[in-house]
Amino acid sequence: MSDEVVTAKKRKSRIVPAPAAAPSTLLFNGPDWNFETLGRIFEAVRQIGEGEIGLDPYRTQIEVITSEQMLDAYSSVGMPLFYKHWSFGKDFARNQMMYNKGYQGLAYEIVINSDPCICYIMEENSATMQTLVLAHAGMGHNHFFKNNYVFKQWTDASGIADYLSFAKSFIAKCEERYGVENVERLIDAAHALQSHGIHRYPGKRSMDLRSEEIRERERRAHGEALFNDLWRTVPVGKGKKPATKKKIEEDRRKAILKLPEENILYFLEKTAPRLAGWQREILRIIRLIAQYFYPQRQTKMMNEGCATWTHHRIMTRLHEKGQISDGSYLEFLHSHTSVVMQPEFDDRRFSGINPYALGFAMMQDIERIAMTPTDEDRSWFPDIAGNGDAYGTLKDVWANFRDESIVSQYLSPNLIRKMGLFQIKDDHDEDEMEVAAIHDERGYREVRRALARQYDVARRDADIQVIDVDLSGDRRLELRHHVVDGVTLEEKDADRVLQHLADLWGYEVRLVESDDNTVYAEHKAEPMRPFA
Amino acid sequence: MNIIDRRREGGKSLANRQRFIRRARALVKRAVREASARRSIKDVEKGGDIVVPADGVREPVLRKGSQGGAREYVLPGNKKYIQGDTIARPEEEGGGSGASDGGEGEDDFRFALSDEEFLDLFLEDLELPDLAKRQVLGVEETQPQRAGYKSSGPPASLSVARTMRNSLSRRAALGRPRAEDIAAMEAEIARLDDLGGNDAKVAELREELERKQKRMRLVPFIDPLDVRYRRFDQVPKPVARAVMFCLMDVSGSMDEHMKDLAKRFYSLLYLFLKRRYGKVEVVFIRHTHEAKEVDEETFFHSRESGGTVVSTALEEMARIIQDRFPANQWNIYGAQASDGDNLPMDNSTTINLLKTAILPLCQYYAYLEVGHAKDDGGGDATSLWRAYELVVGSDETMAMRKVSHRRDIYPVFRELFAKGGANAEAS
Repeated sequence: MSDEVVTAKKRKSRIVPAPAAAPSTLLFNGPDWNFETLGRIFEAVRQIGEGEIGLDPYRTQIEVITSEQMLDAYSSVGMPLFYKHWSFGKDFARNQMMYNKGYQGLAYEIVINSDPCICYIMEENSATMQTLVLAHAGMGHNHFFKNNYVFKQWTDASGIADYLSFAKSFIAKCEERYGVENVERLIDAAHALQSHGIHRYPGKRSMDLRSEEIRERERRAHGEALFNDLWRTVPVGKGKKPATKKKIEEDRRKAILKLPEENILYFLEKTAPRLAGWQREILRIIRLIAQYFYPQRQTKMMNEGCATWTHHRIMTRLHEKGQISDGSYLEFLHSHTSVVMQPEFDDRRFSGINPYALGFAMMQDIERIAMTPTDEDRSWFPDIAGNGDAYGTLKDVWANFRDESIVSQYLSPNLIRKMGLFQIKDDHDEDEMEVAAIHDERGYREVRRALARQYDVARRDADIQVIDVDLSGDRRLELRHHVVDGVTLEEKDADRVLQHLADLWGYEVRLVESDDNTVYAEHKAEPMRPFA
Repeated sequence: MNIIDRRREGGKSLANRQRFIRRARALVKRAVREASARRSIKDVEKGGDIVVPADGVREPVLRKGSQGGAREYVLPGNKKYIQGDTIARPEEEGGGSGASDGGEGEDDFRFALSDEEFLDLFLEDLELPDLAKRQVLGVEETQPQRAGYKSSGPPASLSVARTMRNSLSRRAALGRPRAEDIAAMEAEIARLDDLGGNDAKVAELREELERKQKRMRLVPFIDPLDVRYRRFDQVPKPVARAVMFCLMDVSGSMDEHMKDLAKRFYSLLYLFLKRRYGKVEVVFIRHTHEAKEVDEETFFHSRESGGTVVSTALEEMARIIQDRFPANQWNIYGAQASDGDNLPMDNSTTINLLKTAILPLCQYYAYLEVGHAKDDGGGDATSLWRAYELVVGSDETMAMRKVSHRRDIYPVFRELFAKGGANAEAS
């Protein structure tokens, strides 16, 4: 925390205070605002964001809501339209109580990755806070959504609203036709598997004839270029053992079912033998929505970093240009510093690394490396150090990285020292934990790698795949959890999820947890109330 | 940029919240009952925090466990550690892992219910016995209901507005001259007469005036054709009225504890009635050696001293039924609370009254005997209890229960008013 406050204050003292002679340039006076003020604020924010920094956001749609509505929006993952399910009601009931009792505040804004980008802002906030929110969400997040490669690859911002509306009405129709209870139970099961209903790699696009032909030509040219008559003279070995008939059978079966498959919901949607059409469609809806949120999980820290850096820059520029008063600027700094505060590991308030804090610090650090690098920076980041184009560098970073890759690429020794990052190894077979690396010359790379691993979504989620189906026998579905570092699944939950899976599949299901050497656990489930 | 004001729109999550409560219904219901046992009467209908076991509303996901295996953490704020240091493992699991464990704990799930929701769950499955009876048997009573207009009827139901509307359109259609026009014309003629020398003009005007006056006579202001009367249809009126008599002994032998029990019972009852049936009248009769109808406030809160003569209350009840609640129009229910004391010589009168005057008129009559916990089991049956036992045995519309502790009130109440009735197994 102290670090951030100091930088903020330093920056302030560097700034020439707004000239008192021109109060008319102020966008607003005091905390009150109306729609006209909002329009003026957004225009000023946009001038800096798009004009000076060169951001490229979607069009923005600002929606003013009350605090009750904000509370409400929390519990359908912020989406304006969402199908009905009791689990959202459960979240709502909890949030409502937490809020009413004062255990929990409310977010200032919610922003939706859609085109136009929808920003919800709360009516209770002061004009300064609205400015901050518009800069943060309307510029920062919005730019990130439109330009980051993960979002480009996985989400269709212009189609999401229509899709959600389709999903909502489809599920409502199913409830009418097949009964609320049946649909609800199916959604329960699908939700349980939602974390494993994601394609992690974009599928191969089928080629048209023309590009097929080009590829074929290139391949042949490559073969010809590599041709060397000498290879003909090399003695041929015994070759592989011919595959047994059984092996061929198995390979063929797996090829037909496209196994192994890590997207369990996708596999069920396509192959589960006993599901009806509408049930497959609902699985698909849940799966596609999970896929829509997949980029957000991969870029949480960067996304917040981008938005926080952007709002900080825009607010600072507004103050420099005399468009917000000193008082407003101080109000902003107060809120900003509490957002980017990072409690240390031994602090009572510590609950992991604050994505706002790390994100903001990294963006500032990248800006510093681009503008005023040290020798250390020059040797670590020869590609960007001192290139003099901070905005260009940042925009490039925002477009082409995700949390895991930005950390492994741009976490600088300077920042590791500043935050005092260190790595701890906790092997359950040992009596004590070990400090594996700290912020010193020997530790930088290891700390950086470890932090990047921590942000790797694919590593955080358990690696579970459908590996086989005994189609000729009892149709048992076989899954495998590839155990990494001996960390197994939470047992009770795994059994519950497996029960859902068995009900969906309609026959027995078995999940084996193992790595290359050891089998850690085995879960089995028989369908109790199969969907049919 | 677009600014949209969504503040007027309601929330979207209420439907989901209801689904959640429906889903966790059994759990929530149990929690509601437990919560209500701890509350005072006044708070019993308030909503409030409800705790249900998290297990019942769990949403399982496949996630890595927090135990075992080799893990690594990157933490901020190193002060003294250098590479190779060892640290004792913190007591609670994953001292440093913090946010990595996002799942729900084993804790209970706590949330708040609104007053409405609380009561709904609290009184679910309860109903007044046989309320539908009169409705089904149907004493056909009708009430008038507006149904348009007709062209004949009693003067009392003349619809002036509709009549005038017809008159106006007819006058306009037939070109009836307006009274103002005629007055103006007469004034003009008088003016010209005074001036003199415009005889031709005056004659022309007079002729015109005469024609108009004739027209006015021909086309009346209101024609019988215009007149409309309000039309009423007689619609059969569903009779689902019920009256509930609350009888309580407030004599000296009823101590505070007993009164408290009785009050709790009636509070529940009153709450239940107010809630479940819109049109239920409640009559409070308290008695010592004489009975009196009182209002709710007095019934529950004022004190009285005297002997105990139960039959007086029954007489009062019979009188009120006769005066105000004819049995063919009302569903009648009685609930009596007492410590079981009665003047021994009054017992036969009481039974007689009950059998001949009260039970034949009642849909249901419940007797609640309040006592102390130590009286349970061993003690002799009270005189009223013994007397009533004779009635209960022979009559199905009566039930009786004993209550000696606050926590029994609710179960007994449920037993008496559970759907399907409970009088069959009355002891």
